[in-house]
Order: sequence, then structure tokens, then C-alpha cells
Amino acid sequence: MITLNINKKNYKLDADPNTPLLWVLRDNIGLVGTKYGCGVAQCGACVVHLDGEAVRSCVTKISRAQGKKVVTIEGLSASNNHPLQKAWLELDVSQCGYCQAGQIMSAAVLLRENKSPTSQDIDDAMAGNICRCGTYLRIKEAIQLAAKESSSDK
Amino acid sequence: MKQFYNKRPSSALRTFFVLGSLFLFVGIMAFGSNLSIDKQSAINVKTNVVKDSVASVNAFKKVYAVLMSPRCMNCHPAGDVPLQGDDSHPHAMLPKRGLDGKGVSAMKCSNCHQPTNTPGPNTPPGNPNWHLPPADMKMVFEGRSPYQLAKQLVDPKQNGHKDMKKLIEHADDDLVLAGWNMGEGRAHPPLSHAEFKKAWITWLTTGAYAPQEK
Ligand code: FES
Ligand code: FES
Repeated sequence: MITLNINKKNYKLDADPNTPLLWVLRDNIGLVGTKYGCGVAQCGACVVHLDGEAVRSCVTKISRAQGKKVVTIEGLSASNNHPLQKAWLELDVSQCGYCQAGQIMSAAVLLRENKSPTSQDIDDAMAGNICRCGTYLRIKEAIQLAAKESSSDK
Repeated sequence: MKQFYNKRPSSALRTFFVLGSLFLFVGIMAFGSNLSIDKQSAINVKTNVVKDSVASVNAFKKVYAVLMSPRCMNCHPAGDVPLQGDDSHPHAMLPKRGLDGKGVSAMKCSNCHQPTNTPGPNTPPGNPNWHLPPADMKMVFEGRSPYQLAKQLVDPKQNGHKDMKKLIEHADDDLVLAGWNMGEGRAHPPLSHAEFKKAWITWLTTGAYAPQEK
């Protein structure tokens, strides 16, 4: 038995400790906001937060997540009101949407560590998240907007 | 009582004292010499250098071949992006070194590189301590000539403040060893770890000579 803390809830799972976290999130728990893109840490669709770090859940075994806090896109904010989620809606960032949960989870770590990222900081942080639809420019704009909004909130 | 006070120690007692102090003295000597032997051997490990420029340069050729192989050089890049693959191309996704060598914000090394290798081809190799050298001590291998690399490796200001003892120990560092266990589909360094370690120690203990610049 493995206990995982996901979005502030504890789940007891009867699963092989080598199972990728992504499998458990989607198939066992039913949190399907996190997507499977490549399965080999190459695309970023599966990014979730593990103790605040933007890990790729497709290559993160559940044994690594034990005793840590997992946050998925569903748990990023209380009512989809994280500054990034608001900016994403405001600018209609998504095209097909498949990569976007991973994009937002990566961007959330960037903004937590760097309240006013430069264009270069954004590129450096987001270079591992691929978007087949090519929404990169809107993603960048939305991150800038969220940074601006959250600094003017204070 | 008087008699007792006045009595000089009996010969047996005298022998006892004499022998006792002798043992004590021998004991101190032995202890002292043990100490000096220990010190001596400690110093020997550190600086037992028997200079031999020919043997040293020959050993460094092997060391250089290993350090410049993708398994070592890929994480000692000239820029701030690690290299990847047997052809040492810039790492896909261009992750950056960061100040501590562990990446930046959403692109930290351990976000993909797990404590162990991920099974299968084209998956991230793993180590609990996966990182590049830090920004203030980049320890660049990429592009270094044998002469430059040899000089750099023994300069504490450029080698992570390592003295001879630490340099020798570094051959068995976890991340160095990981070079021989990088997961499926990745070439090994050109020598075995045992051969590398032997060449490394030989190079250091024969004077760490740098090959002449051509
Ligand atoms: S699915 Fe995990 S990085 Fe692509
Ligand atoms: S919106 Fe379609 S993959 Fe990014």
C-alpha cells in the first residue's frame, strides 16, 4: 500500500511503487487534467507539482511521491482563479488544449520563484513544454499578464 | 613505624618501579611512534608523488579520453546548457545551469532526471544528485586541450577546491561512477572505471604533468 497526498487529499493505493505517477493520477484517481504526451519526459504535457517542483509525472515513480505533496492542475487554485488561469482565459491561450495543463503548471513554478520574469526568464522556464498548436506567443503573453496582475494585486 | 618510614624501597619494589617506568616509557614511545607512523602514512596518501613526467603524460592521455567522452563532457559544457547524446549536441529543451547547477524554475534537472535511470531508450538517465557544476565554478571540459584540462584539474581555484586527496577520492564519486551506468543506448566511456581510476591516480601521483601544447 502506498499513500499519496494529491491536491491536499490522501489516497491509499494498492499499486507497484514503480508505477509512474501520471498513470495513477489518471487511471486510479481519475484526475485527467494532466495529460500523457510522450511518456519519456520530452514534452511537458504531464507536469505536476511535487513539493512545489514542476516534475514530469510520466517518469516520476509513485515511490518518489510518497510522503510529498502532489498538486495537479485540478488543485492549483481553489476555483480556477490562479492568476495564470485567469490570464489564460483572458487571452484565450488554448488551441486544442492538450499541452496547456502542463504549460500552466510549469509557469506557476516560474512565477512563484520569479515575480517579474523577463522574456528570457520565461523562455528558459518554458522551453521544456511543447505545444503542437504553436500557442507559444500567447502563452508568453499570458505569463506576462499574470505576473503583472499578481504584482498589482499586492 | 619509624623503621618503615626510613626503610628504602626493597629491591623487589625498586625493580617494580624501574620496570614500570620502563614499560611506561616504552608505551609512550610506541604510542608516539604509532602516531608518527599514522601521520606519515596520511601524508604519504596525500603527497606520495614520485615524479615521472613520461608516465604522467601517458596516464593523462587515458584520463583525457575518458573526460572528453560524452558521458563526462556532456555535463561539463562550455556554455550554460548541458550537452546530450553520444554526439554531444545541446540538450533538447535547452535547460540552463542555474546558480547551483541544478537548473532554473520549471526546468530543474531533477524534474526529469530521477534518482535512478528511467528504463527504455531515449529516457532520462538518473542519479539522486544529478547536476552541472555551479555557475561560480563551471569546471568546463568542452573545448579544453589536454594541456588546458590537465592544468585546470589540479588548480583548486578551478577544480572545486580539491586537493590531491580529494581529487583521488573523486574517482569514486557517485556522479563520476554514473558515467558508466547511463541507461540504455548510451555509449560507455572508452575505458572501464577501474582502468580510468588507475590512470587518474597514476597521473596525479607521478606529478600531474600536463602534456605539451601542440
Ligand atoms: S508525457 Fe511526460 S513529458 Fe511528455
Ligand atoms: S494547445 Fe494544442 S498542443 Fe498546445
